[in-house]
Order: sequence, then C-alpha cells, then structure tokens
Amino acid sequence: MPYSQTIGNTRHVFDDLKTLLARASPARSGDKLAGLAARSAEERVAARMTLADLPLATFLDHPLVPYEEDEVTRLIQDTHDKHAFELVKSLTVGAFRDWLLSDTTTTEVLAALARGLTPEMAAGVSKLMRNQDLIAVARKISVVTRFNNTIGLPGRLSARLQPNHPTDDPKGIAASIVDGLLYGSGDAVIGINPATDNVAVTTNLLRMIDEIRNRWKIPTQSCVLAHVTTTLRAIDEGAPVDLVFQSIAGSEAANRSFGIDLAILKEAREAALALKRGAVGNNVMYFETGQGAALSANAHHGVDQQTMEARAYGVARHFQPLLVNSVVGFIGPEYLFDGKQITRAGLEDHFCGKLLGLPMGVDICYTNHADADQDDMDDLLTLLAVAGCTYIMGVPGADDVMLSYQSTSFHDALYVRSALNLRPAPEFEAWLQRMGIMDESGRVRPRLQGGEAQRLLNYARQK
Amino acid sequence: MTDHDDWYALSAFTPARLALGRAGNALPTSRVLEFELAHARARDAVLRPFDSKALATQLDRPGTILLRTQATDRQIYLMNPDTGRTLDDTSRAQLERGAYDAALVIADGLSSTAVDEHGAALARAVLNAMPELEWAPVTVVRGGRVAVGDDVASALGADLAIVLIGERPGLSAADSIGIYLTYAPRPGVTKDADRNCISNVRPGGLPLDAAATRLAWLARQARHLRLTGVGLKEDAPEIPDIATDSSNLSTRSITE
Repeated sequence: MPYSQTIGNTRHVFDDLKTLLARASPARSGDKLAGLAARSAEERVAARMTLADLPLATFLDHPLVPYEEDEVTRLIQDTHDKHAFELVKSLTVGAFRDWLLSDTTTTEVLAALARGLTPEMAAGVSKLMRNQDLIAVARKISVVTRFNNTIGLPGRLSARLQPNHPTDDPKGIAASIVDGLLYGSGDAVIGINPATDNVAVTTNLLRMIDEIRNRWKIPTQSCVLAHVTTTLRAIDEGAPVDLVFQSIAGSEAANRSFGIDLAILKEAREAALALKRGAVGNNVMYFETGQGAALSANAHHGVDQQTMEARAYGVARHFQPLLVNSVVGFIGPEYLFDGKQITRAGLEDHFCGKLLGLPMGVDICYTNHADADQDDMDDLLTLLAVAGCTYIMGVPGADDVMLSYQSTSFHDALYVRSALNLRPAPEFEAWLQRMGIMDESGRVRPRLQGGEAQRLLNYARQK
Repeated sequence: MTDHDDWYALSAFTPARLALGRAGNALPTSRVLEFELAHARARDAVLRPFDSKALATQLDRPGTILLRTQATDRQIYLMNPDTGRTLDDTSRAQLERGAYDAALVIADGLSSTAVDEHGAALARAVLNAMPELEWAPVTVVRGGRVAVGDDVASALGADLAIVLIGERPGLSAADSIGIYLTYAPRPGVTKDADRNCISNVRPGGLPLDAAATRLAWLARQARHLRLTGVGLKEDAPEIPDIATDSSNLSTRSITE
C-alpha cells in the first residue's frame, strides 16, 4: 500500500511501509549503498511526516519481511503481547513519541509496555526522535539481569573486559585480564573474541578464566565469543561455560549466513541453563548485533539497516540474555561512514534495545577506514552513559590487537563513571573494595603495597 | 600522575597496551600522543593515493600492466566496495587473454602504505618461490579490493589469482599485506569462502619470504586439488594458521 505526503506543490509517494521507513531514516551510507535512502533532504522529512501520522498498529498488519518466508517475522508476530500493546494501541507513531517523552510514562509503564511493542514500532518511532529524545526515554527504562552478579541497576555502568590476543595466547590474555581488573573493569563479563574458533581454544581459555575467577572469588561471568556450535561442543566436553555467545541479525537469511537459526539458539540456551552455574540468576545468553549485518549478507529484504537491527533485538529478547550489545562502528564506512553516523546509530540501537526490554550495552567503536576518532568515541560514550547504557567495552588502551579496531578503554570507563557518578555492579564493586583496587571514595586506585591487589599481581607474574 | 603502572612487566606477554599509567582517570600525555600517532599513520595509509606507477618501477618486471577499478576516488571506494571489485572499461581492454597458470595482482586495498613499502619485494619473493609456473603479466591495480583479482585473472585466462593487497590498518601496524589465493576465479560468482588467505604479511609480522614459501605450498596444493577455500584448508592441517576469512564471520568479520 502506497503512502504519500504533499508539501507545497510536491507530492512525495512511498510505495510501501518499508520504503517509508527507509526514507525516514537519518542519513547513513548503508541505506545509500542499498539504494533505500531518501533521495533528498526534503523527501526524508516528508517521509517522517507521513510516518508520524501512521497508526502504530499498522506495523502489526503489514510485516516488512513476509511471515511465510522468515522465522524472525514469525517469532515477532507470534510472541507479540496484545494485552501490553493496549497501552498505546490507539496512537500514531508521532503521538507515540510524545507519549514516550511525557512525564506520566514512567519506568514502570515502560516495563509493562515492552512486550507489547514490535521491533518495527521501536525503529519507526526512533526515526522521529532527536538524539536528546533517544537519551531522555532510554534513561527512564530499567532492565536488570543476573548471572554471577547483577547488571543494569540504576546508577550503575558495567564494563566487559575484552582481553583479546592475536594468537589466543593464554598468558597474554591473562595479562590483559589482570590489567583490566586493576582498572576496575570486568563486571559485565570477561569476554574473549578468539582468533581461532575451535573447541580446544575455547575450552582452554574458559578454564584459564575460571581458575583466575575461583582463585580470587571474582563475582563476574566469563565468555569465549566462539560460534554457538563451538560452545555447544565445548559444553558437551565439560568446559566451564557461563554464557553462550552468538552474533545475531534481523532476518532468517541473515542468521543463516551466520550459520545459526532460532532452534540452535534455543538448544544452546537450554544446554547452558542445565549447567546451573549462575550464582544469582539465570540469564545465560550474550548477543552481539550491528547495523548493516543483514545488508552485508544480502539478507535485508529491502528494509533499512536500522529497522533490521531492531529486528535482531526481537530475536535477542526471546532468549532472555544477560547482555546484548551493538558493535556499532565495527562494520565499516560503507554502512556508517563517520563519527556522526556512528553516534546516531549507537543512540538508536541503545534506545530500541532498551525499549524492547533488553539489557543493552554498546561497543562504542570504529575502524581505521571510517572517518572517526577517539573524540567521537568520547562523545558517544558520554551520551550513552547519560542515556543509562548498561555496559561498555573495556579494551586495553582502546586498541583491540586481535580485531584491529578501536573501542573504549579501561580508562574510558573510569572517566565516564567518575563524570556521571556511576558505579560498577554491586557485587563487583564490593570485590574491588575488598581487593583494595577501589578506595573508600569509590575511585579506582589499586593499593599495591601489601594489599590483595599486590597478591593478584604477583600471581599473574608467576603464571 | 604515573608514567606506566607498576605492573608494566605484564606487557611483555602481549602486544596489547597494558599498564599505561594515568593522569587522574585519564591517560598520561605521552600515551595519548602515542595513540594519536598510530591512528594518524593508519588514516594516512587508508587515504593516501596509491602510486601504482612507482610500484611498477620498483618491481621492474617487463610487461607489467597498470590498471584502475570503477572506484574513481577514495571516498567512492570506501562507500561503495563493489566499485573496487570491478575494473574500469579502459583497464579491461588492456588485458589480453592467454593460457596461464597464475596471475599476480598487486592492489592498494585499504593500505597503500603496505603495498608502497613491501608490495614490490613481496611480489618478487612470490615469483621466485614458484619459478615453475607460467605467469601472466603482473598487474598493479589502483582502488582495488580482493575480488578485483577474479576480474583480472579471468580476463587474462589464468587458473590461479594471487592477490597481494593492503590490509585494513590497525594501530599496531599500518603496513600489513594480505595474500589471497583463488583457484578458477569467476567475477561475481567466487565467494570469500572459496579463497585462502595469508594475512599480516610485513617485516614485523609474517616475514615476506616465509609468506611466499607458504603461498607456494598452498598454490601447489590448489593446482593439484583444483580448488581453494575451505576444502584446501581442511587438507592442510600442518599449517593451521592459514584460514579463510569466513571462519571469523560469525563472530566479528574483519574482511575488507
């Protein structure tokens, strides 16, 4: 069904809902690459005006990717909570934006709504929101998850310790882990991207982290971000798996290009649950996503990249993850060209994930062929922390020496916690204090002379 | 302020930036500037125009052909990767079809610095490592991506495409070359999983001669088995560090 908007003497026509959404999207190179972007600045605004008048319920009646062809669409439609949707059923997309921002739409109201929204509704309304709107609404949303600690409480910001090494050398990885711990990072997860995706490497690294964690009683979880099938085999062989990781995307075909489907995610979650390793909760999944993933697999079905990204969150929430993060600037300039596009996408991804009920973190990052630098990362880091972002990455010196890209550092986490008075997860914070890594005033200043931190360091040196 | 933390010794175990010290919660000035220098070199490597003629002069091999792709400038190259996978019409017209074992293609990719600095030396090492092959004329492509090798090799009538290409620069190295080996390449049909890759080729990483030796082994296997990609990898257990980029796709892809 075509949609149209007349501005002055120009009638702007949008052939269908997915075209309307794509034209309404803020400019980004991936939509241009796909031939979906607005062809003029005015057309973009015309699309937004049209979208603002569209009833929210339209998204239920007009799936962007056909129900018969795509299991992600089926999952979204079949698990939609009609009762929860009653709250906003009568609103247009534009009125929904106003409703989200209003004083009476509180943390509790947003929690009750989450399952009543589809990813397409979240993506749709985000296209009418300025950056400050994405921040203002996201910071009202609370999503708390638990495994060995509690992630996402108000006033907290967690950090994934990402100790990658170009050849998966356990000593090198352990050195980075200790550095990160001494800088107060690691409460979200100690998560390694393996250079080689196989069962032996995965098991070996998991055992190594487990030993450090048990020896020092660190209240956090570990993860080797191997393919889900690798992790399943590692579980079979008795590896100490806390979280099952997988990259996911917003269509069945895109997920197939990752070598996965919903059934394998379900199987993996059940296998991890059966290990009963969580000390305080049972959120056992860790997902990563990123705008452009579906397009890069030619599996976007003519849908803009931000809406496809929100559909990935529809997949994620079905599996009750501990952690979900967009790897926002990793994919490269053909999808997000520069700091401005990366910043916008990071705020959209965080907002949409939170609105749909996910414990949303962001890998605030860029590659060297994108037009971005550390200043852009500082900006996005600060904005996301104001927005209540669940967690960020902690990479030594912000330089990932295995994946060759720049993310946020242990130092960056200290900066933003200090600037906005945010603290790590409570169990981890207590551990940092016990170890003498965090002082009485909450600053991370490891006390090395004769303290526990010194013993941790000696242990690392001897390993 | 401290310049490096007390546990600086741990950095002996990894190239990662450990124990950087601090000024308050921030990095000390010297660490900030080191990082900025590394990033500046990486950006320059990505953006500096590739002088393909200078490389051909350096290589000094008769019959070498200079080619261009449809990426007419660096911005187009970065925003539309397909333009770097296809030759422009003038360039294609320069290629005469023959019957060759292999075509050696040198392309700037995402680091002109890498090919400027090591491209000619690596090309010589590769040619010397496989004297038994019937080589097509060497080609030097400006604005090229890996798949442009398919276009070049099929136009030249070569069984194997061997592409030496600048890899996306990291902060620790802006001068890495990746070598991609493809048997019976077909433009638009050949997939990344059909290739074998040797990456991080640079004096400070995998040395050029070692890379050429490894490539020669792979090329002989490829010609024997009449394939490259996943099938070849499985038959080469003694060199497990050779993998196609597709192995990394499901976690985080760093293909160009």
